Amino acid sequence: MSDILSAALLLAGAAFCLLAAVGVVRLPDLFTRMQASAKSATLGVGCTALAAAVHFEPLEVKTLALLVAVFLFFTAPVGAHMIARAAHYVGTPLGPHAVVDQWRPHLTDLPSATPPDSTAARTFPAASQGEPGPDL
Amino acid sequence: MNACCLLAMNAAPPGLVAMAGQAAMLAVLAALGLALVRLVRGPSLADRAVALDLTTTLATAFLVIHAVRAGEPAYLAVAMAVALVGFLGTVALASYLKRRGHP
Repeated sequence: MSDILSAALLLAGAAFCLLAAVGVVRLPDLFTRMQASAKSATLGVGCTALAAAVHFEPLEVKTLALLVAVFLFFTAPVGAHMIARAAHYVGTPLGPHAVVDQWRPHLTDLPSATPPDSTAARTFPAASQGEPGPDL
Repeated sequence: MNACCLLAMNAAPPGLVAMAGQAAMLAVLAALGLALVRLVRGPSLADRAVALDLTTTLATAFLVIHAVRAGEPAYLAVAMAVALVGFLGTVALASYLKRRGHP
């Protein structure tokens, strides 16, 4: 019984990891890629760690496996948030399907150096003069 | 005791978990290859940072799966250490990206 559960969790975790990698390769811009990397891959490692917790008998090993999952669930969103914040701050362009950037007008301490032309062409004019979003 | 016998002792227990572990390892390996593709292609530094973050997460998954396959709990501690170092690397890359000032 525990063998079946462990095998199923292993396969589910690996499938989530593979989906995360496919998303990172195929999604259109940085911020959507980050969704795939932060959520799906974390869930994948969580599933495999749960499989290890089911598979091993001793209690301390079960605890260690669960601790890996818990630690990753705490740190992965923090890391992804920091990268996304820094990338938005330095003006990483959004994808072709994005319609609004509600945070850009609220940034007051932008870096003085303007980004090179290729990125300036791809930022959204509607985003800078559109109606301000809710206070963030 | 020759090498073949040693290998047999260290091999995964036969059965369902071994087969699932094999398949899961292959899937995570393929995912690592795809993350490498993004690492090479990524147009901006932030894309490469995301790819590196994904790589350390996938390495953690790989180590956990290997712990189950080999029946060796020590690999779980290794996985934990890799996850910790990966988080520190991500934070350092993010703060460097912000200080650098352009994508």
